[in-house]
Amino acid sequence: MVPHPENWLNPTPSGLYCRPGDFYIDPVRVVPRAVITHGHSDHARPGHEHVLATPETLAIMRARMGEERAGKILQPAVYHQPIKVNDVTVRLVPAGHVLGSAQIVLDYKGSRAVISGDYKRQADPTCAPFEPVRCDVFITEATFGLPVFRHPDPAEELRKLLRSHALFPERTHVVGAYSLGKSQRLIASLRQLGYDAPIYLHGAHANLCALYQSLGIDLGDLRPATVAQKAQLKGAMVLAPPSAIGERWGRRLEDPVVAQASGWMRIRQRAKAAGVELPLIISDHADWDGLLATIKETQASEVWVTHGAEEALIRACGLLQIRARALSLIGYGEEEE
Amino acid sequence: MKAFAELLERLLFAPGRNTKIALLRAYFASRPDPERGYALAAIAGALDFPGAKAATLKALAAARMDAELFALSYDFVGDLAETIALIWPAHGDTPPALPEVIEGLRTANRAEIPALIESWLDRSDASARFALIKLLTGGLRVGASLRLAKLALAEMGLVDVNQIEEVWHGLNPPYTSLFSWLEGKSARPEPGEAPVFRPVMLAHPMEPGDVARTDWRAFRAEQKFDGIRVQIVATAQERRLYTRNAEDISHAFQEVLEQLTFDAVLDGELLVIRDGVIAPFTDLQQRLNRKTASAKLQREFPVGIMLYDMLFEAGEDIRPLSFDARRTRLEGWFAKTKPERMQLSPLIPFSSIDELASLREAARTVQSEGLMLKHCEAPYVAGRPKGMWWKWKREPLSLDAVLMYAQRGHGKRSSFYSDYTFGVWTADGELVPVAKAYSGYTDEELNFIDKWIRAHTINRFGPVREVEKTLVFELGFDSAQLSTRHKSGVALRFPRVLRLRTDKPASEANRLEDVRRLIPLE
Repeated sequence: MVPHPENWLNPTPSGLYCRPGDFYIDPVRVVPRAVITHGHSDHARPGHEHVLATPETLAIMRARMGEERAGKILQPAVYHQPIKVNDVTVRLVPAGHVLGSAQIVLDYKGSRAVISGDYKRQADPTCAPFEPVRCDVFITEATFGLPVFRHPDPAEELRKLLRSHALFPERTHVVGAYSLGKSQRLIASLRQLGYDAPIYLHGAHANLCALYQSLGIDLGDLRPATVAQKAQLKGAMVLAPPSAIGERWGRRLEDPVVAQASGWMRIRQRAKAAGVELPLIISDHADWDGLLATIKETQASEVWVTHGAEEALIRACGLLQIRARALSLIGYGEEEE
Repeated sequence: MKAFAELLERLLFAPGRNTKIALLRAYFASRPDPERGYALAAIAGALDFPGAKAATLKALAAARMDAELFALSYDFVGDLAETIALIWPAHGDTPPALPEVIEGLRTANRAEIPALIESWLDRSDASARFALIKLLTGGLRVGASLRLAKLALAEMGLVDVNQIEEVWHGLNPPYTSLFSWLEGKSARPEPGEAPVFRPVMLAHPMEPGDVARTDWRAFRAEQKFDGIRVQIVATAQERRLYTRNAEDISHAFQEVLEQLTFDAVLDGELLVIRDGVIAPFTDLQQRLNRKTASAKLQREFPVGIMLYDMLFEAGEDIRPLSFDARRTRLEGWFAKTKPERMQLSPLIPFSSIDELASLREAARTVQSEGLMLKHCEAPYVAGRPKGMWWKWKREPLSLDAVLMYAQRGHGKRSSFYSDYTFGVWTADGELVPVAKAYSGYTDEELNFIDKWIRAHTINRFGPVREVEKTLVFELGFDSAQLSTRHKSGVALRFPRVLRLRTDKPASEANRLEDVRRLIPLE
């Protein structure tokens, strides 16, 4: 008799708990054993005893939290390498979200559950592409789980930025972007489009870009925006956390065109409220079509929806004759996009 | 449609006027005819598609989409056109060109239109769909006025914008003759007999330094009425009422239009006038920004026009004549025509500068903002020629008010809290907002205020911060009026910051009753 995942994988206040493996996935509280999908701070939290994650995710955790706080024992697992944890086999499979991001594939007595973590289906020059894995239960995020979210071609969005840069050559183009993942993806994509001028960075971006570069991702000529002369930033391309642009930090910018790269930019009122002049719809999460396509590809008979707009995704699964329910996990989706 | 969609998107988010002009100019200079002309027509609001309504689009979406998913999405997005544009299930990369849409709708019969629109939506991406839906339902509201488009065209053609204004109303979509002229390929298209708006002459504000330099004997004085500037254009065939920005407001003032049974172009001030008494500006506001005016509204807020200049008489362009000569023509015409609902703006006799100065201060009692001073020899010239016309506003009123809310500005001020809401105390000890001000402080003061706001925020509502009610400002304003729009029941005209009163405790700020006392009694 093959056990149903609901008998060995359960939501708890500390996070999703795998009983036969005795570990938590992306726990929100300090636990003895954690498996981490990726380095964003709502998923990778400090202070666990034992942490299993990809080498890239561990490097990101060390860089952001410091060696001490990242965890007592850090166990790297390369993609696809099966690792036995108590009675469960754990495999990390690329999720395409940010560098090192992984889905967690759990096999227990012939029953398989896949925890997607955060993921996207668009190409990203800075990380390995998502790989669908067949499973019994697929546990998916739903950040953009509404049919209004269908992300356009990111290259076309960046061409908008480049056209604006050509139209307003005197103005500083400052792109608000999340510092881990989005920033490096934007830079690498701009380089692919032939933009080879220096790109100026807010301090929060500079550290993580340096880490990406040390992990073999080429980002070209990067310079600190913080020490640059105001005149030097005239007509420059600058990346910064969205929150910094409206703050005093933003005053170094010369008559800026304020852009922001996020899936939320799809909604005009959101972009307006954020004071954005040039919204760029570039997301590191799957859009509606991506969520549904992925669910179908996993051939899962059951879908659990973790965080985001669960209601619509559950409705859509129902229309596809797939059992679906909300897994009320709290504490995710706070950090980014 | 792609380029047009991107233009609309950028205009919607662009904070500054110069940015919008640059965007429009780049679009007009790079797009072919007739596409750019139709885009201009869309911005001008000159297109109408009776067969395509919001209900048509809603029905199309309902047929293609699960109702529950649609409802959840609409709830999240909050705008119907945007929801349909985003949720539309098909995806295409070959959206119809703007001319194809306009010509397609013009030639299709009404029964064919839904299927036509559906096929266009299928061929488009979300941005193009949004532009298409907004275009079809006439709710373009792109954050760019026709005036900005004309300024962009003027830059593109290296002509004065007044030249475009001069000919604009003789033109029709897709404006090929206009673009051809601006690109130097043909002569300026002339309006001929059409009832076109003529660019208006504007006045400079009189600064203290100007007062000493001016030779008073050469000037004529009038009241500076607190209404809106209008241009009356009446020919044998047609009649129009325009604002000073060339906006056609004829439809909202039918009772005025009916009286234009003459052949002249006149300059004047639109006012609410009851039994010969000019009402405050807030009364006139009841008549503005409306498509039409009901009989009741016309009765309650009767409008009239104070005439002060004449540009054309019976087809003759008298703009090159001096002010005195035009005034003589205006008076002669007025005596002969005796137009209903119109008065001549009286010339105010004076014999010295001191007399003028005291007249200026007395202006408040006659619903006037101060004085207009016009050089007796000035021809009627478009724009703001130096030293010809002056507006000499009376000194502002002032009060002390408490900062309540703040919001960040735009463009160069986008990282500063520069837009403020101020309140005064009611008898119950409650603060009620009376004014919003965005100007009047120095850069240094702005730095201080911004820092203060960040340190004293007690609440946030989206982009708005509520602050501790402790910082007092002295505000200047031109007048106080009753208002039903504000909780306080009063509105200030042209409020601005005069200075920071960090020396003053909030409890000593003015009270609502002080403001009420400044409202002129009718």
